[in-house]
Amino acid sequence: MQVLVAMSGGVDSSVAAALLTEQGHEVVGVTLKLWGGDSDSGCCSVSDVDDARRVADQLGVEHLVFGFADDFAAHVVGPYVADHAAGRTPNPCIECNRHLKFDRLLVRARALGFDAVATGHHARIAPAGPAGELRVLRGVDVGKDQSYVIHMLRAEQLERVLLPIGGLTKGEVRTRAAALGLRTAGKPDSQDVCFVFRAGGGREAFLGRRIPLRPGRLVDRHGAEVGSVEAVELVTVGQRRGLGVGGDGEPRYALEVDVESATVVVGGAGDLLVDEERLASVVWADDVARATARAASGVTAQASAHGSPIAVSGLDEAADRSVVVRWSAPQRRVAPGQSVVLYAGDVVLGGGVVS
Amino acid sequence: MGVSAYLDHAATTPMRREAVEAMLPFLDERFANPSGAHRMARDARRAVDDARDRFAALLGARPGEVVFTSGGTESDNLAVFGAGRAGADGPVPSAPADLTARLGTVVCSAVEHHAVLDPVLALGGRTVAVDRTGRLDLDDLDEVLWAEAARAAAGESAGVRLVSVMAANNEVGTLQPLGDVAEIVRRHAPGAVLHTDAVQAFCWADVAELCSVADLVSISAHKFGGPKGVGVLVVRDGVALSPRQLGGGQERGRRSGTQNVAGIVAAAVAAGLTVEARPAEVERVAKLRDRLLDGLVASVPGLVETGAVVGPGGPDRTGRVPGVAHVCIEGVESEALLFLLERAEVFASAASSCSSGALEASHVLAAMGVPSELRAGSLRLSLGWSTTDAEVDHALAALPPAVERLRAVGL
Repeated sequence: MQVLVAMSGGVDSSVAAALLTEQGHEVVGVTLKLWGGDSDSGCCSVSDVDDARRVADQLGVEHLVFGFADDFAAHVVGPYVADHAAGRTPNPCIECNRHLKFDRLLVRARALGFDAVATGHHARIAPAGPAGELRVLRGVDVGKDQSYVIHMLRAEQLERVLLPIGGLTKGEVRTRAAALGLRTAGKPDSQDVCFVFRAGGGREAFLGRRIPLRPGRLVDRHGAEVGSVEAVELVTVGQRRGLGVGGDGEPRYALEVDVESATVVVGGAGDLLVDEERLASVVWADDVARATARAASGVTAQASAHGSPIAVSGLDEAADRSVVVRWSAPQRRVAPGQSVVLYAGDVVLGGGVVS
Repeated sequence: MGVSAYLDHAATTPMRREAVEAMLPFLDERFANPSGAHRMARDARRAVDDARDRFAALLGARPGEVVFTSGGTESDNLAVFGAGRAGADGPVPSAPADLTARLGTVVCSAVEHHAVLDPVLALGGRTVAVDRTGRLDLDDLDEVLWAEAARAAAGESAGVRLVSVMAANNEVGTLQPLGDVAEIVRRHAPGAVLHTDAVQAFCWADVAELCSVADLVSISAHKFGGPKGVGVLVVRDGVALSPRQLGGGQERGRRSGTQNVAGIVAAAVAAGLTVEARPAEVERVAKLRDRLLDGLVASVPGLVETGAVVGPGGPDRTGRVPGVAHVCIEGVESEALLFLLERAEVFASAASSCSSGALEASHVLAAMGVPSELRAGSLRLSLGWSTTDAEVDHALAALPPAVERLRAVGL
C-alpha cells in the first residue's frame, strides 16, 4: 500500500513509519505545521519537524510538510479559547484528530493517491464488530492507550487508517526505536496542550492574551459567598485545587462554573456526584455500534484521556442527536467540554462532548 | 530515462559548468587566504580582485564599490541596517522609535523579499503599496515621502534615511520602475539612500543601468548559475555604510571575514556568461514562458495568470522578467498540487517556504490584492538558462491532469 504517515517528530510516529517500511509499504512521511503563533512549541516546532525529517531520511522515505495552520486555528485553537471563555473545559487533542489528522489530512492523502494515513497513536484497528465491522480498540499498553482521543473515527474512515504501534507497549516502541538507531528513541512524551507553551506562561498567559480573565466569587450551594478565584475562566468543574476547604474541614470542589455572573458554586465531594451526563455531537463508529451502545449491556464509558472505565446502565437518545448516558452508580460530574467515550470491552463504540 | 522539468530557477539555478570548473582550483591547490602576506596568499588575492574587476565592469561600478558578501540576504541586510543606521553610536541599534527620530525613516515596497522587508520592519520602517500587477504605486511613494518630509520640516523626524525597492519581484516577476522611483526619491528625499534588491533581475535586466540610479544594489550568485553562499552589494562611493560584521576588516572594513575565494571566482565567471548571453536569453526564455503560460491558461480551466496585463494584442508581459510564470488555480491547494507535480517529475514552488518547509502565506499576493481563495492555489514556475522546450512541454502535459485529480476529490 501507499501510506502517508503523520510524523510528529516523536518516538511513536517514528516507529510507526519504521514498522510500515519494514512491512513493505510505500511510505511517505508528513509533518503537519499546525501552529506558528507565539507558542511555537510542542508538536509544531521547527525542531520537531527536523526530527521527523531526519528520521524519514534514516528510513529512506520522502518527507513532506503540510501547513494546516488555518484549519488548526479555526477548528482547534479558536474553539479552545471560546470554550474557556464560556466556562467549559475543552479537549483540543480530540478536535485536532477530528478536524485535522482524520479529516483534512485523510482527504488530502486520498487526493494525492495514498491508500491510507497512519499515525503513531497507541490504539488498534480490528474487525471487532458483530459482523466484522472495523473498530478502534484500546492499545495494548493500557497506561498509554489513546483510543479515547481518536474515538470519532467511523468505520468507513478506518478502512483508510493504520495504527501500526497499537500492538506494542511504550517500552517496546522505545526498544524498537533504539534498535533502529532512531534519534527520537529517548525523546520524552509530549505533554499538555501542544500550542500552549509552558515557558510562555502556560494556559493562563495564553488565554489571558486572547480573552479577559475575570475574578470570580466562590459560593456554596445555598448562594453564600465563601471565597474568590483569580480567573473564573480557568476553573474546571470537578477541580479541587485553589478552592480551599469548607467549614467542615473537607476539601471543596467546583460544582458549576457560571462565567456570565463570574460565579463558581463549590461543595463537597459528595455534591459532585451525578447519575447521568448529557452528550452533544455524538459520533458512532456506525449504526451497529450505536445499537450495541443502546443495548447498554457490558458498555462502559471513559470520561478523560486516561480515566478508568465507568459502568453504564442505559442510554437515552434525543431527537437533536444528544445522548443521555446513565451511570450504574453515581459518578463525579464530568466538566462540560470534555468528551465521554463509550466502549464494549476494549472496543470503541462512539462518543460525544459533555454539554 | 524519464523526462523531468526543473522549473524553480527563482529558488536557485543549476551551476554553469564553467563556473564549477573555475572554482575547483581554489578548493584544491590554490587554497590560500587572500589576506595573507606571502605569494600563495597573493595568488588568492589576485583571484578575488580579478573577480571584483569583472563584477565592476559588468555592473558599471568601480572595483572599490563592489563588496562581496555571503549572498543576497546578507547584501540586503547590510544595505538596510548598514545604511539605515549609519551614524548610530556603537554597533547595537537603539529602539526603533528612538532610532527613527535620530536617523530617519526607512521605507520599502510592500512586496520586498523578507531579506529587505524584515530589516525594514525591524527598524520601524514604512511600506509602500503596489497595484494589482505588483508594480509600485508611485503616487503612494510620493505621498509617503512627502509626509515624511513634512514631519522632518516640523522637527518630528530626521526625514527618510533609506528607500529600498526591488528591481524584480521573486514571486511574480514584476519589474519595478526604478528610474521613476529614483526621481521621486531625489525630489522628496534628496538625502535618502536608494537601495535595490536586484537578486531576481540580474539574469534579465541591465543591472548596470540599475546601478546608475541606485546607491546600493544587491545580487546573489546562485540565481544566475553561480554557487550558493556568494553575493555582492554594490556600494556607490560616498554612501555612508556602517558594517554589520566586525573583524579582520576585509572588503575595506565593510564586511569582515575571510572571502569565499572559490565561490567569488565562480560567481564572476557565471556573471560574465549571464551578461554575455542576456539579450538572446531574454528573448528565448520569454518565448518559453509565453508558451507555458498561454498553454496553461488554455488547458486548465480556472487558472489565471497572476496580475496579468492584457494589451490590445493579448497578454502584455513586458512588465515582468521572462523567467517567472506565476499562476493561481481556483479550487486547488498549492501543497497538494506541488506533490502531484513532483510525482510527475515537475519541480516548482508556490509562495516562499519557511525554514520548516511548510508554505507560508504570501505577503506579495496579499499586497497585490489577489483574493485569498485564489492565493491558496498559487504556483510559481520559474525558468532560466538551463530550461528547454522539452521541459516546458513536460510541464504543460503534467499540470492539467494533476489539477483535475485534485478537483475530483474537492481539493
